[in-house]
Amino acid sequence: MKAKVTRSACALALVAAGFAGSAAAQDPAVARGLAATCTACHGTDGRSVGGVPPSLAGRDRGELLQTMKDFRAGKRPATIMHQHAKGYTDAQLELIAGFFAGVKPGAAAAAPAARGGN
Amino acid sequence: MRFSRREFVKWMAASTGAAAVAGCAGMGGSSAGRVVVIGGGYGGATAARHIKLWAPDIEVTIVERGDTFVSCPISNLVLGGNTQIGSITMGYDALRSRGINIIRDEAVGVDAGARQVRLASGKTLSYDRLIVSPGIDFIYDQIPGLKSAEAQNRVLHAWKAGPQTVALRKQLEAMRDGGVFVFQFPMAPYRCPPGPYERVCQVADYLKRAKPKSKIIVLDANPDIVSKKGLFLAAWNGLYKGMIEYRPNSELADVDVKGMVVKLTFDSVKGDVLNVVPPHGAGTIARQAGLITANQRWCGVDWLTMESVAVKGVHVLGDSTLSAPGMPKSASMANQHAKVCAAAVIALIKGQPVIPQPMMMNTCYSFVDGKSSMHVASVHTYDPAQKTMVLVKGAGGVSTAASELEGTYAWGWARNIWGDALG
Repeated sequence: MKAKVTRSACALALVAAGFAGSAAAQDPAVARGLAATCTACHGTDGRSVGGVPPSLAGRDRGELLQTMKDFRAGKRPATIMHQHAKGYTDAQLELIAGFFAGVKPGAAAAAPAARGGN
Repeated sequence: MRFSRREFVKWMAASTGAAAVAGCAGMGGSSAGRVVVIGGGYGGATAARHIKLWAPDIEVTIVERGDTFVSCPISNLVLGGNTQIGSITMGYDALRSRGINIIRDEAVGVDAGARQVRLASGKTLSYDRLIVSPGIDFIYDQIPGLKSAEAQNRVLHAWKAGPQTVALRKQLEAMRDGGVFVFQFPMAPYRCPPGPYERVCQVADYLKRAKPKSKIIVLDANPDIVSKKGLFLAAWNGLYKGMIEYRPNSELADVDVKGMVVKLTFDSVKGDVLNVVPPHGAGTIARQAGLITANQRWCGVDWLTMESVAVKGVHVLGDSTLSAPGMPKSASMANQHAKVCAAAVIALIKGQPVIPQPMMMNTCYSFVDGKSSMHVASVHTYDPAQKTMVLVKGAGGVSTAASELEGTYAWGWARNIWGDALG
């Protein structure tokens, strides 16, 4: 199964080789970079350790976008999110919401305890 | 144009070009490029981890002196007796299991021409791209009384979390009830703008509980409280009324370690426990590598890539950088530097365009006691005209008041940013 997936990815890689480097091809890196501004607080790829601040991975794109717009408009109560939401344009919020909607929800990657402890 | 996760993976495979195709063909063995990261703190560990996450075919090596990561954020709570050092100490095992090499050693020199890093052990490491994230080192030149190691062990900074944090806590525990804690810190820019004022809260929280006759004298080199002024004053005048004496414009002249006196330009202040944070600049290796470009202290960078403006092929992250306007020296900011750098390093190694307008976001929480916290937030965007990061107008701000709810967010922030660096 794994080999099959790898082979098809390879085929795609070859087919799409000429695609890399164009403006369109950069969109995923731009979205990934924008979403990475959120993940310091919300966990890598939006998978939150302990669930606070909440996980964003796999959430509905429309819901995420509307939530951010409501924060920005002051329609949704917040301690901090209204202040962050005001920093992004609609286009940026769309890319961010699209990125997290496309991530599978899953276990968060917590930092390991020091070996031997303290 | 929308991309699902699956399409994204395909795109990544496509954009990794020849290396990915070679890997698929089962040739393996050779990496797309070699990245060496000096420093395994918030900047370095986060950059290393994200390069590996986003481009597994790049070989990543971290050079780190310590065998553990001790978080500066939250470390003031150790002084307050509100958490333990073990709760803010983590290991590098998860990064190792992700295929990142961790070398416990110290970088002592960089040969940017040969693209090599020299280590204290005598080894050299070759790189295609070098990331320097050494944090800060203290400048003792102008403080004669603190030049000896003995003096530095007696009058602590505790401005790098670790043994000094534990030692300062012990000094506070040993102080008599009715004693005076004297805390002096330098002019901005310094590491963690709200940190000194949070420290005052944490020490006050402990003293109020354990030694209520004691006093705190705050000797701030700055003309006024640098961060979250109204919120900190609310805590000092409310929770800790009568305990804290705040003296602005208190620039350090020297320290009399024997007499336990902090000497200012026109005054001397005696205490039972002295805590002095000396002026600081980019970590020593940044100096040795020729990366310092501003005020003999900080490293100028191209904010699109975090590449040094002085040395090609070398990127600088975190507190060592010459901060862009409105940008704090914070763990949160180092995390964001690291991700812009990771994306740029991958793009540069693979001959792809770098992201034309990076964004960064800052979130810093400060605890006023064991449970309640408050934040300062800002959003930063690249301005192509000024070629620097600038604050997004209308965004960011501070809490309306410290709260237990934000205390839970602060711990959540910590666990997630730790995972984002080390998980």
